[in-house]
Amino acid sequence: MKVYVSRDMASVALGADDVARAFAEAGCDVVRTGSRGLFSIEPLVEVEMDDGRIGFGPVGPQDVAAVLDGSHASRLGRIEDLPFFAGQQRFTFARCGVIDPLSLSDYAAHGGWQGLEKARALAPQAVVDAVKASGLRGRGGAGFPTGIKWQTVLDAPSPTKFIVCNADEGDSGTFADRMLMEGDPYCLIEGMACAAHAVGASHGYIYIRSEYPFCIATMRAAIEASAHLVAPFELEVREGAGAYVCGEETALLDSIEGQRGQVRAKPPLPALQGLFGQPTVINNVLSLAAVPFILSEGPEAYAAVGFGRSRGTMPVQLAGNVKHGGLYEIGFGITLGELVNVIGGGTASGRPVRAVQVGGPLGAYFPPSMFHLPFDYEAFTQAGGLIGHAGITLFDDSVDMAHMARFAMEFCAAESCGKCTPCRIGSTRGVEIMDRIIGAREAAPTGGSEAVGGYLGKALYSRSPDRIDVSIEAQTMLLRDLADTMKYGSLCALGGFTPYPVLSALDYFPEDFGAPAPIKEAAE
Amino acid sequence: MEEFIAGWTVRHGATRDRLLPLLHAMQEEAGYIDDAWVPTIAKALNLSRADVHGVVTFYHDFRRTAPGRHVVKLCRAESCQARGGAAIEAAAAQRLGVAMGETRADGQVALEPVYCLGLCAIGPNALVDGRPVARIDAAALERIALEVAA
Ligand SMILES: Cc1cc2nc3c(=O)[nH]c(=O)nc-3n(C[C@H](O)[C@H](O)[C@H](O)COP(=O)(O)O)c2cc1C
Ligand code: SF4
Ligand code: FES
Repeated sequence: MKVYVSRDMASVALGADDVARAFAEAGCDVVRTGSRGLFSIEPLVEVEMDDGRIGFGPVGPQDVAAVLDGSHASRLGRIEDLPFFAGQQRFTFARCGVIDPLSLSDYAAHGGWQGLEKARALAPQAVVDAVKASGLRGRGGAGFPTGIKWQTVLDAPSPTKFIVCNADEGDSGTFADRMLMEGDPYCLIEGMACAAHAVGASHGYIYIRSEYPFCIATMRAAIEASAHLVAPFELEVREGAGAYVCGEETALLDSIEGQRGQVRAKPPLPALQGLFGQPTVINNVLSLAAVPFILSEGPEAYAAVGFGRSRGTMPVQLAGNVKHGGLYEIGFGITLGELVNVIGGGTASGRPVRAVQVGGPLGAYFPPSMFHLPFDYEAFTQAGGLIGHAGITLFDDSVDMAHMARFAMEFCAAESCGKCTPCRIGSTRGVEIMDRIIGAREAAPTGGSEAVGGYLGKALYSRSPDRIDVSIEAQTMLLRDLADTMKYGSLCALGGFTPYPVLSALDYFPEDFGAPAPIKEAAE
Repeated sequence: MEEFIAGWTVRHGATRDRLLPLLHAMQEEAGYIDDAWVPTIAKALNLSRADVHGVVTFYHDFRRTAPGRHVVKLCRAESCQARGGAAIEAAAAQRLGVAMGETRADGQVALEPVYCLGLCAIGPNALVDGRPVARIDAAALERIALEVAA
């Protein structure tokens, strides 16, 4: 009997290897796939039966007999029919969880390489035009139109050009790049080969963070197995080394070149002087992996879904304290509240949702009163936040938002590349301010202007006894001032966007900062 | 290590952009990058010692001292925190007898921070000697502690 068990890192972390082994020992033909993307049903086993692939999950290795005779209590039916999947528009993730990720015949049988075939039948300019017409915007965070970036590289006169895939995916709450590379690696390879044809590049790099060992192994194997299909285009994997800032495109290029991952000033744009000084397309995994669909189904089919200037689909990731966490690919425009409460099903703890952070460590925290926001680049920018890489992290009412604001500063301090002062020094000062606010809050839980006592107070007073006003009001003002400096004075978004989580926490949850609860009174 | 570096550069090249792959290979081989090896690396890739030192110290992954026999990399990022990560971190430090970011005095186990493993809906998560572990609770922590005691 043929059964399907995921080999995705998340599935394995939940015990999928043991499950796969048990089915193999029972004589089943076990196919290891990527993940379907709903973790509350993992480890998931799909059994090929007369009425299609029938899912059972979660299951353990002891459940083999009950699954095979169909009597197991966690029988789910066809996975595509579950509400979590039926509502999705899977353009990029159509194959993920369905096929054996490294099987070239599976890939071809499920529509693989058709985009590349179409691309190669077209002139480079026509490929770039198709990507422009699709409205695709970069999925790495900034949302820059992909076609326009490619046009710049196509127009740059140089015999040597590069395609670089940004697979650094450092944002907490995101895992779509990882899932795609583990579950459908040829899709990314095909997208990169299309890009290479479009701009005239012959070599590509995939920069994968070291925290993703499964990805690195899968991509390396996939590159080897498909080399003859994308030739003369050549690809190689570069492994990161634990620096978040290397997700920033110019720091990433420096890292590939063997340098410290420091951010470069722009201009020059990487599109004109990128890797080794040559014109370079640098795109996120999901941007590149969207291209095969756009070419094979036509740019109109992609642009037909979406909202405003955000066209196509977004693989949204539901994470944190969420009941039905996972990957949900859907056209832009769905509201934040629908994603959190309907699709995600609220919190895993069963307590009320208090805050969601959208867009990773540089994204804003939103309270439920903002759940009407449509998932759209412009709408989120207007609301003082960002979509980023579309990770949504849920927190229940036990969260301490002052602690999360402190963490945002701490993370920035730990990951700062050190190039500019507002970020390098400001983040450390930000941690200190948050410590003072938290200290003062604890000393006077109702708010007020009592000075910090104990060890911290002594340290502060010994430095400049009369000049530091450590009252909550004064420190909050200082925090806003610092956030302003970081926002406008930083070279890149690490220092520049850290104020988003900090100020949104302060504005929407002032009571956690020792101020009275209503938002209006805490605003200034 | 000199032999290792020489052999590696023959196989994989000695241009500047080989520095990170070489450091990864060395750490894979030896467990860490000893400061004493920096001059040899610099010479092999035709770089200055300061340059190599700068790269080794910039990236969180590269260790400059021998790691514990077992390494527990525990996620500290937001999504894991939303699922009780801070409490698990404190419990892990207590149970393993080592502070976050340190190696236990007997060299048996190191507890290292990691910021997201891409398993953010099923945290708190860790890599235990490279193996992913999800939904860490008191019982899972006990299993990890027994595993790394061996
Ligand atoms: C601190 C920082 C971290 C970033 N991390 C990532 C990342 O992990 N992955 C990514 O694709 N883009 C990341 N970006 C955005 C990239 O700089 C860049 O915009 C992106 O790679 C462009 O590709 P796209 O147009 O396909 O989105 C980061 C930016 C900053 C400032
Ligand atoms: S903002 Fe921070 S990470 Fe970005 S360039 Fe400046 S110091 Fe580097
Ligand atoms: S935040 Fe811990 S795995 Fe992503």
